[in-house]
Amino acid sequence: MTYTILEREELAPEIYLLKLHAPEVASKSKPGQFIIIRIDENGERIPLTIADYNRDAGIITVVFMEIGKTTKQLAVLKSGDSLSDLVGPLGNPAHVPKNSVVVFVGGGVGITTVFPEAREFKKAGNTIISIIGARSENLLIWEDLVHSVSDKLYITTDDGTKGHHGFVTDVLTNILKEQGVDLVVAIGPVVMMRAVADVTKPFGVKTIVSLNPVMVDGTGMCGSCRVVVGGETRFTCVDGPEFDAHQVDFTLLMKRLTTYRDEEAVSLGKFMHEQDCDEKC
Amino acid sequence: MLVKRPEMPEQDPEKRIHNFDEVALGYTEEQATIEANRCLQCKKPQCIKGCPVEIEIPAFIKNIAERNFEASASELKRANTLPAICGRVCPQETQCEIECTLGKKGEPIAIGRLERFAADYELEKGVQIPEIPESTVYRVAVVGSGPASLTVAADLARIGHSVTILEALHEAGGVLIYGIPEFRLPKEIVRAEVDFIKKLGVEIKLNFVVGKLRSVDELLTEYDAVFLGSGAGLPSFLGIEGENLNGVYSANEFLTRVNLMKAYQFPDYDTPIKKGKHVVVVGAGNVAMDAARCALRLGAENVTIVYRRGEEEMTARIEEIQHAKDEGVHFKLLTNPTIIHGDENNWVKTVKCIKMRLGEPDESGRARPEPIPGTEHEIPADVAVIAIGTTPNPLIPSTTSDLQTIKRNIIPTDAECRTSKKGVFAGGDVVTGSATVISAMGAGKIAARAIDQYLQSLRFAETTSTLDC
Repeated sequence: MTYTILEREELAPEIYLLKLHAPEVASKSKPGQFIIIRIDENGERIPLTIADYNRDAGIITVVFMEIGKTTKQLAVLKSGDSLSDLVGPLGNPAHVPKNSVVVFVGGGVGITTVFPEAREFKKAGNTIISIIGARSENLLIWEDLVHSVSDKLYITTDDGTKGHHGFVTDVLTNILKEQGVDLVVAIGPVVMMRAVADVTKPFGVKTIVSLNPVMVDGTGMCGSCRVVVGGETRFTCVDGPEFDAHQVDFTLLMKRLTTYRDEEAVSLGKFMHEQDCDEKC
Repeated sequence: MLVKRPEMPEQDPEKRIHNFDEVALGYTEEQATIEANRCLQCKKPQCIKGCPVEIEIPAFIKNIAERNFEASASELKRANTLPAICGRVCPQETQCEIECTLGKKGEPIAIGRLERFAADYELEKGVQIPEIPESTVYRVAVVGSGPASLTVAADLARIGHSVTILEALHEAGGVLIYGIPEFRLPKEIVRAEVDFIKKLGVEIKLNFVVGKLRSVDELLTEYDAVFLGSGAGLPSFLGIEGENLNGVYSANEFLTRVNLMKAYQFPDYDTPIKKGKHVVVVGAGNVAMDAARCALRLGAENVTIVYRRGEEEMTARIEEIQHAKDEGVHFKLLTNPTIIHGDENNWVKTVKCIKMRLGEPDESGRARPEPIPGTEHEIPADVAVIAIGTTPNPLIPSTTSDLQTIKRNIIPTDAECRTSKKGVFAGGDVVTGSATVISAMGAGKIAARAIDQYLQSLRFAETTSTLDC
C-alpha cells in the first residue's frame, strides 16, 4: 500500500498543502481528527491534522509548516511522490453543538483545522464567528474558505498588514464583551491557545483547544503524548486531541514539547547538509 | 550420559553492551547434535505436557540427533509456526524443560536452544512451504499481528480459510517488533517468520486501526469471524508525582522508539530518544530487563533496576536477569519510587525511593511489600523508564457492541477463546493481561480450532437452510 501525493501547493512561505490518496481513511474521517504519516523507511511518525477530506475522491488534505527535519523533507516532495505510511483517522472527532453561537479562533496553520470544524458546525445550524490570525498578511491562509463557512470573519495580523493590528485575543475580548457566546474553539500555537483560555475564563465561556504534543504510535500505546487536564494525566491521541482549555496545563505541554529540541537540531542540521550537498554535488 | 548441556555461545558482555547485535549466538551443528543425543526419547514424554503449542518435542530432537535438520524444522512447524522466535524468547525453563526426566539428575535437555537451532537452520537453507488445501469460502479477520494473531492466522490458512491480518502499526509482529529488542530477537527473524505466514496465503493490512478505520461490527459484515489479538498495549504508570517530567518514559514508548523506530541509529533514523547517563528502570519483568539493557547500549553510564519486591519475586526469566547482571545493570530490590524530582526545565533529576520489606502474602499469593519508615533516599537520574506492566487498549471494547469486558478492558473468553459476541474470538494478552509470547500462541492455536468449528457450523446451518427451501 502506498499513499500517493496527488497535489502539492505552497500556501504561504514555508506552509504547504498536500492532497493524499487514502480512500479508506477519507471514508471515515471527521473534523477534529488527525493522521500519522511516515515518509520513508528511516522516517519518524508525525501527526498531522486532517484539514479536509473528500470521501468520493478518496482524498485527505493536510497542511503543515516547515519546522523540523521531517516537515522540511515533506515540503520537498512533489505531486506523484508517495509516503511509505499513513494511518488514521486517529483521535476523537470534534463534538458538534446545536443552536449555539460559536467563536472559532485559528492561528497560523491551525486555521486549516478550524475550517472543516466550522463547516461541520455551520451545517448543524450553529452561528459561526471566526477570528483568524497570522504574523503577517503573506502568512495568512485559507481566508476565503473560512469565510465561506462563517457568519462573520475577523482577521488579525501581528504587524498590521491586514485586518486588526494585533492579536486574535484582542478581537475575541471585544466579541465576548459585546455579545453572548456559547463556545470558543481555539486551534493554533500553544501560546495562542493558552492566551485564548486566559481571555475566555473570566467570561465563563466554555473553550476547547486542540493539542499537539509529541506522538509516536497515536493509538494509546506509548504515552509520549500525555498531557495534564483537570489534574489528571490523559493521552492526547486517544483521549483528545480536543480538551477543555480551562483545565489544560499549558506550561507542562510547552515544556514537554521541548524534550527533543537538541535531537531535532541535529536531525535538521544533517538534513540541510545533505540537501546542500545534493544541490552542489 | 552427559549431565550437562553445551554452553550457549554468547557475545562477551564487555563488547555487547556497545552494540544491538544478538547476545546468544546459537548452537553449532556439532553442539546441537551432541545435545540432541542426550535426549532419552522417553516413551511417555513429559516435556510435551509443558508446551502450550503441543510440539512433538522428542520427535524434533530425534531428527537433530540423526542430523536430519530440515526434517526437524518441519516437525516443529507442524505445531509451531514461529519456532525461531519461540526458541529465543520462550521461558522453556518453566514450561517444557522443567518436565524433562534428565532434569532430575542433571541439566534438562536444552529444548529451546535446539528449537532455535533447527528453525535457524531452515531459515538459512530456505523455508519449505507446506501444501495448502483448496480454499474454503470463509473469511476471517485477525486484529493485531502479535504472536496470538500470527498463530491463529497460520493455523486457519493451513486449513484453507482466507485470513486477513489488520495491524495498526507500520510493521507486522506486534510486541515481537516494537517490544522485544534486536539483541534478544533480531527483527530479521521476525520478518522471516511473518514472511512464512504471508506465503501461507495470509494477507496483512498495515496501518489499519480497528476501532477507527473499521469497527468490529463492521468487520463482521465483511468477514465470517473475527479474532481479537490486539494485546495489552496500554502502559501503566505508577501514579506518583513527577511522572510527566521530560525524560520519563513508559517502557512501551522507550522500547518502541528503540526497536520499531530504530532510535538507536539516530540520526540515520529520524526518531530520537534521550540517551540518559543515569537511567532508572522501575519494575523487574522481562520488559524492564529489555529497557535496562537497551539503555546501557544507548550509552548510559549506569542503569539501575528499582523493584519493590525481592530477588525471588522478580518476574523476568532467570536468563534475562543474569544477562542484565553480566552487563552491569544495578539492582536495587525492595525499593519503591515515591516521587520523581525534576529541574527548572521539567527534566528528571532524581528518583526518590523508599526501602521496603516483605510482609504477609497479598491476594496474588506473593508477599506484600511494605515501606520502611525513615529510609527515603534519592537516586540521580536523567532518564526514568516505568516498566510496571500494560493493560489492553480500550479502543476495541469501546467501539464494539455487545462485547463483554472485565476490569481494565480485559476481554473474557471461554476455554475455546469465544467472547460474549457471536463470531468474535480473542486470545493472548487482550484476554490474560500481559503474559508470554508462548501463552499467546497457545491461545492462538485453541482459537484457530474453535474458529474452524464455528465456520463449519455456519456451513452446516447454510446447508440445512438450503434443504429447507
